[in-house]
Amino acid sequence: MTFHPLLAAVQDAVPALVPADTAWMLVATALVLLMTPALAFFYGGLVRSKNSLNTMMMSFVALGAVGILWALVAYSLAFADGSALLGGFDHALLRGVDVNPKGTIPHVLFMAYQGTFAIITAALISGAVVERMRFGPYVAFIVLWTLVVYAPVAHWVWGGGWLGKLGVLDFAGGTVVHINAGVSALVAAAVLGGRKDYARQAILPHNVPFVLLGAGLLWFGWFGFNGGSALAANASAATAFVNTFLAPMATLLVWALMDSMRTGHVTAVGGATGIVVGLVAVTPAAGFISPTSAIALGAIAAVPSYFAIVLRSRTRLDDSLDVFAGHGVGGVVGALLTGVFAEKAWGGFDGLLAGNAAQLGVQAVGVGVSLLYAGVMTFGILKLLGAVVPLRAATRVEGLGMDISQHGEEAYTSGEGSILVLSDGGTAPGAVAPVLAPQGAAN
Amino acid sequence: MKLIIAVIRPDKLNDVLEALYRSEVRGLTVSRVMGHGGETERVENYRGTTVKMGLQEKVRLEIGVSESFVDITVRAIVRSARTGEVGDGKVFVLDVGQVHRIRSGERDEAAVTPALPVEA
Repeated sequence: MTFHPLLAAVQDAVPALVPADTAWMLVATALVLLMTPALAFFYGGLVRSKNSLNTMMMSFVALGAVGILWALVAYSLAFADGSALLGGFDHALLRGVDVNPKGTIPHVLFMAYQGTFAIITAALISGAVVERMRFGPYVAFIVLWTLVVYAPVAHWVWGGGWLGKLGVLDFAGGTVVHINAGVSALVAAAVLGGRKDYARQAILPHNVPFVLLGAGLLWFGWFGFNGGSALAANASAATAFVNTFLAPMATLLVWALMDSMRTGHVTAVGGATGIVVGLVAVTPAAGFISPTSAIALGAIAAVPSYFAIVLRSRTRLDDSLDVFAGHGVGGVVGALLTGVFAEKAWGGFDGLLAGNAAQLGVQAVGVGVSLLYAGVMTFGILKLLGAVVPLRAATRVEGLGMDISQHGEEAYTSGEGSILVLSDGGTAPGAVAPVLAPQGAAN
Repeated sequence: MKLIIAVIRPDKLNDVLEALYRSEVRGLTVSRVMGHGGETERVENYRGTTVKMGLQEKVRLEIGVSESFVDITVRAIVRSARTGEVGDGKVFVLDVGQVHRIRSGERDEAAVTPALPVEA
């Protein structure tokens, strides 16, 4: 017997495809994939304009790097039969990942759906290292991280590993996705060190409308993230869907209230952050708690993350976009509250309030294990990588901006003074070149 | 009195403002400009289009100061804006015919740094 509906759906396999389930999971997969571009907008709006493309590309590149890695080997490590600690290589290179049912949906669709989770989890970490980490080492880091941290932890909780067998409830990834990414972000920020301007001058978001756009699209995609984690078009999906609808609403209200008490205003960046924190917190609980509990959970979750952000900004630790305060703290609160609010009538398991205090203990074990494992492994990966290549851009390059230095592009260029280079290497006739001194001639 | 015009790197603006503040220079105008100071042209690619960016973003400061503040101001700017790489910018010091402070009608030396503290 298993303790998780996700596992139950997979393992108590009805040997037939259910068209309704397949249809919903096709949509859910596309919804979750959209969350990574959404995250790019959320993060991209929060940084300075000279680093906006680099920040957005840190998310977008995960679509390619982590997505392909997932298909090649990481999916197998997470979900193929193996030990309690790690899956095997049975599904490496997508061997055996065909249209036959996995649960009630085609196996190949299950693989793609889970792949979207791996992609966004890796991209989440980027928020802690923006505006200073070199692009190449970043890509190498998320590839190694997916292999060493994401795939094993996904196996432990969802792939038949030991945390799932222990009875840890994680409906859609509070532990696997958010605690994992959150603590890794904290460690990455510490290993890299702060931006050169951090705590010396104000570093302000360059496009708050982008932040709101990103938060809105994240919420939209999150219906696939949580609703789809039922792996079927059923009652559990509906519960998760409605809880994903309600919890962030409560978080948004409480966040706005705290904002106005502390600063005298309800801020837009605060509102966007509150929505994301609510989504994070309800993720592990989505299919296990009642909608009324989801409102309570969302409201409660606002408080620790809010103060974690206030506190972080007073430290030297430059977790630039508060990935730990949002996803780490939000994920821990959500995972623990799952053990408080779970109800048999809604998701098949009882928590503290229904008289099963032991569930809270089991949840705490899951939280502690993932905090420790992801933290230690991230430290190791970055130290190893840092011994081979410099992780950070030089201070001068950081001042110039990561868009120009890492990508040879600018987000907002007027094109003034640009000279078209023709395919033969020459410049177009009538170019303004003669006006400009040859390089090095003047100082 | 003089008008000091400085063209500097945008990412050095905060350092320069801090240095000016510490030197007790008060009152300046800042504008974003494009310029070229002999630095290597940056090559950028936008799909099929390759361009050399001949002009760089710069920040231009204009500061009216009394004679006694000219050296202080120039030193503060040069010290804080320097990276040692081509493209750090320039400081120009110009003679000024007249200066009028609009609010009070004060003119010339009385209208530029240092100004007497204003009671609120």
